[in-house]
Amino acid sequence: MFLIIVEKSNEVIYIKITKIAKAGTLESNDILIMVMPNDSGNIELELESIVMQQFGDVIEQVILHKVKEMGIEGITIKAQDKGALDYTIGARVETAIKRAI
Amino acid sequence: MIKTVLGRELPAYIEGYGEVKPFQGAVSNERIKTRKAVKLTSVIPRDQKVLASLDQALDKLNIIDGMTISFHHHLRNGDHVLNMVLEALAKRGIKNLTVAASSIFPIHAPLVEHIKNEVVTGIVANYMSGPVPEAISRGELKKPALMQTHGGRPRAIESGDLHIDVAFIAAPTADTYGNINGVEGKSACGALGYAVSDAEYADKTVVITDNLVPYPACPIEISQVFIDYVVQVESIGDPRGIVSGTTKITKDPVALLIARMAAQVIQASGLIKDGMSFQTGAGGTSLAVAAELKDIMKREGVIGSFAAGGITGYLVEMLEEGLFRALFDVQCFDLEAIKSYRNNKQHQFMSASMYGNPHTKGAVVNNLDIMILGATEIDIAFNVNVTTGSDGVIMGGSGGHSDTAAGAKLSIVVTNLMKARLPIIKDKVTTITTPGESIDVVVTERGIAVNPRRVDLIEKLRKTELPLLTIEELKLKAEKITGVPKAIKTSDKIVAVVEYRDGSVIDVVRMVD
Amino acid sequence: MQKLRRTMLFMPGNNPGMLQDAAILGADAIILDLEDAVSLTEKDSARILVRDAIKYIDYSQVEVVVRVNPLDTEFGPQDVDVIARVKPDTLLVPKADVEEIKLVDIMLAKIEEEEGYLVGSIKIIALIETALGLETVYEVIKASQRMVGVLLGGEDLTADLGITRTKEGEEIFYARNKVATVCRALRVDAIDTPFTDTNDYEGLTKDTARAKSLGLTGKSAINPRQIEIIHAVFAPTEVELKQALRVLAAMEEAEKEGKGVFSLDGKMIDAPVINRARTTVELGQRLGLIER
Repeated sequence: MFLIIVEKSNEVIYIKITKIAKAGTLESNDILIMVMPNDSGNIELELESIVMQQFGDVIEQVILHKVKEMGIEGITIKAQDKGALDYTIGARVETAIKRAI
Repeated sequence: MIKTVLGRELPAYIEGYGEVKPFQGAVSNERIKTRKAVKLTSVIPRDQKVLASLDQALDKLNIIDGMTISFHHHLRNGDHVLNMVLEALAKRGIKNLTVAASSIFPIHAPLVEHIKNEVVTGIVANYMSGPVPEAISRGELKKPALMQTHGGRPRAIESGDLHIDVAFIAAPTADTYGNINGVEGKSACGALGYAVSDAEYADKTVVITDNLVPYPACPIEISQVFIDYVVQVESIGDPRGIVSGTTKITKDPVALLIARMAAQVIQASGLIKDGMSFQTGAGGTSLAVAAELKDIMKREGVIGSFAAGGITGYLVEMLEEGLFRALFDVQCFDLEAIKSYRNNKQHQFMSASMYGNPHTKGAVVNNLDIMILGATEIDIAFNVNVTTGSDGVIMGGSGGHSDTAAGAKLSIVVTNLMKARLPIIKDKVTTITTPGESIDVVVTERGIAVNPRRVDLIEKLRKTELPLLTIEELKLKAEKITGVPKAIKTSDKIVAVVEYRDGSVIDVVRMVD
Repeated sequence: MQKLRRTMLFMPGNNPGMLQDAAILGADAIILDLEDAVSLTEKDSARILVRDAIKYIDYSQVEVVVRVNPLDTEFGPQDVDVIARVKPDTLLVPKADVEEIKLVDIMLAKIEEEEGYLVGSIKIIALIETALGLETVYEVIKASQRMVGVLLGGEDLTADLGITRTKEGEEIFYARNKVATVCRALRVDAIDTPFTDTNDYEGLTKDTARAKSLGLTGKSAINPRQIEIIHAVFAPTEVELKQALRVLAAMEEAEKEGKGVFSLDGKMIDAPVINRARTTVELGQRLGLIER
């Protein structure tokens, strides 16, 4: 498990999430995403994965990319990955955020 | 550093193992071999072999620091004997033992403590799963573990490369003079093929049973002439962990798809004909191949010579339906197999040596036509890893993998192209268990790759509708879906030495960070 | 060549592993299901997952069909809006009637325009599973130019009729007849209801043979293990193959002689017969029944 904090930049207009929400499952090929608002304004990510050594960096990028693409700030993400492909990771992050707005 | 013929760099000398003989190819031209002489204590008239307790046996055996003691794995994940003996030896303050167990399972977790306390500083096994190999991978065992094959172990024992001071042989049934079998008793496990060389070549051999019967115990699988002592205990194992119930064919659609394609490959190879022989593992996909093959054999009215290996109820069914004339059984996987082995004379016992020892006058694997194998990883040179996971941690071992692959006319690896997110085909496998020269075909749900040296087979498969790709294409296909995995980091410390069946070193396992 | 729809395999829309393997299981078409296979609380999740699966997974070997939720639920319209934008081959519209098909047709046309797709490129299969849908199936098919087939939903239909669904399927005899006949008349595919006992292969074989004998052209499957059996039933028979080969041989002969119109065994052979013979031969070749 590791923790990443991305600091907020001032150039973009951000949306805030308002509640805690989850998406995905702990089944093989899936990822469970939990998002919650935080006051720091940063993106904080806690990632656990069964393929951490081989794909940890990629998974992290996919999650952060999706959060930024959706223009979200002040979010803490907990991700438990069971070998999900990128498309699943993106879809689960998007679902969790939409549920939390 | 020296190099194997497969290009792996190895130290010429490994502390705790010795001088390294690098792997030079699956078959050697040096064919003159010798078996070692055995030092034994003859038993004279009126000697008693039955002792009151394990402790009494240990008193007589005079086990001292640094000895090698051996065990078989027929009780699999239900085995109580290894733990029982080591606990007793640990209590006696013995240190630096080498445990030569044909396999190690999760139930042997207490070994981890003995490793930490240096009661055990060496391990020799053909297969390991559970907490023990995890501890070894973390570098906790003092000497590197030695990973052998099911055929390589009896070779090492018989040649003297692996000297056993005391063999502890768990026996589901034993008589008062040391004759044993695995077919009767509450802990029945069937054939005792992996215990034979231990009994024959150890300095001392102790039978441990929970079913002591009056002399003689018939049928005799291992004879009295090799046994020094007999000890009765409450229980040698938990039947639930020893055998499974009925072995069922998988329902996983992807596994079934792979099995069907594998059967089509076999059919195209032309090997399905009267007198054919076949072996498969008991894993889901492998067993599904047997089911597909059964259909083809029935349809075409083919009667095979034999099926071999660890035997499941499914193979018994094929024997009983007349699809094979005989079974060669080194180990029974389920209750149906035990029953058949007990009652059917066409269900033939084989020792591990007869099964796969390369330095005999011919092992059963040499007579195999078709072998179905699994893989954790396979590389573009067709080398297979079944020893370590993709995280570099030991989670298996050859077992009979490299023995059967070397012997069979057609060795087929069946595997998913990806497991969760991990592609199975790599540039280089983490650990080489079986050399690529022994592997003919890889069948995955997304395509089939044939070893380029099998030009004949490629020609035959081109005439079918099967999705034929090069192994590089297959690798790219997976990576397009999963992405390219980052290589794992290992340290320089060697935690295990992987011996090929002939005793050369094919690879080493290094500690993971 | 015309797309084969011998089998249409239902795959739950919220299961990433199954979505990844859906294309390689041998079905002619896969139905990524947002309706019955997805619980009410996961509708949003499945919609996004299926959308991204279509975008990123290579489904080029199969026809991608998405079963959306009924348009009169809160999920249906969103399903159409999100899924159509990634251009699946086909939408499977549940509880189909004329109104619903017209509505979907309009929605699709708007999305196709917005996204710059050819209008009409996304096809529709109507899921006939109500008494009204069944009785108006001719009009339902006529309701949109996009219509390529009808899938008969036996479970919901019998529920709507208030009758018991059985393994033998006597109760859907009329429905099968009706769907088969209307589809034949309008030249669209008639896909049979799935056989729900996934362990009864003999029953599946019988049920599929029955559907084929009534004129249905394919069957939906709810388990990959059903595919091979359904294909075997729908495979052309030896007699059919021989006849088809004769038709094509006679055609070649006629072409050589420069004849536009020709006959075989005293019957005129026209374009539909030739097309059918081609399909049969192609299928026979694909199934390895005859050499290429």
